[in-house]
Amino acid sequence: MTEILDIALLSFMIVLAIAVSRMHNLFMAAIMMGIFSFLSAILFTLLDAVDVAFTEAAVGAGVSTVLLLGTLSLTTREEKIAKKNNALALLVVFITGSALIYGTLDMPMFGDPDAPVHQHVADRYIEKSEEEMGIPNIVTSVLASYRGYDTLGEVTVIFTAGIGVILLLGHIWRKEDKP
Amino acid sequence: MKHESIPRVVGKWLIPPILLFALYVQFHGDFGPGGGFQAGVIFAAAVVLYTLIFGLQAAKQIVKPRVIEILVALGVLLYAGTGLVSLFLGYNFLDYSALDPQNTPHGQHLGIFLVELGVGITVAAVMIAIFFSFAGRRRLR
Repeated sequence: MTEILDIALLSFMIVLAIAVSRMHNLFMAAIMMGIFSFLSAILFTLLDAVDVAFTEAAVGAGVSTVLLLGTLSLTTREEKIAKKNNALALLVVFITGSALIYGTLDMPMFGDPDAPVHQHVADRYIEKSEEEMGIPNIVTSVLASYRGYDTLGEVTVIFTAGIGVILLLGHIWRKEDKP
Repeated sequence: MKHESIPRVVGKWLIPPILLFALYVQFHGDFGPGGGFQAGVIFAAAVVLYTLIFGLQAAKQIVKPRVIEILVALGVLLYAGTGLVSLFLGYNFLDYSALDPQNTPHGQHLGIFLVELGVGITVAAVMIAIFFSFAGRRRLR
């Protein structure tokens, strides 16, 4: 049953990706990218990665679609069509794609118990995290405590992005503040 | 969208549950899926919906840009501050056992709670700041 769903979702995503790349109406392309994100969120749920699915649905389908639409309202809805076909670009894309596919050949099979990721600390987290942290969600334990330093870095990245936007565009949103 | 009555009515019904759900995801993240990051984004989504329906001016009356600017920094400070507290109590940086040495899981739980709250505050504030900045711009002619 899961296999059928996986195949159906992945084929939908391929069709959507091709449709988006061939589309000249940017408004429709933005909406379709939102649908693409929702499909990958469902795929993550099927992989039992609910936290990732949650993030994908909220950020990928929600906020980034809104930001894309906001950008479109400032610019234009129609793509500017390039006059010539760029053979060099196609070649670069083809080589990059082939390299990525070649790279996946060395990866362990999905669910392989001998995969490197299962050989390191994953067992310890699964066995000990509830006892050590007092909370059942292992993802939260790893994210906030075992790998707390990494998460601090991530929050700092978001903070930096926010500061950058406020510095560049902040004068616009602050001046209307005072009536 | 100021004169569209259906989005206004539906929005008024939807925004409070979205905010409530954001708080649920924030404070229930240690038991179910979710956490600070997701909660922050959902909270920001509620503000975005409000802005889309009632306009930027009305949204800025509720969510003051000055407050947002402070919150952007406050979340990171809360996170790093939790780490510094454990450092000054003689433990490693971000080792939440320091918060309750007698009962380590309790200290860890408290630390995770504070840290996730910091993540949630920063993410929500940054998302709102980015959206307000984009929404406040005029169309380029």
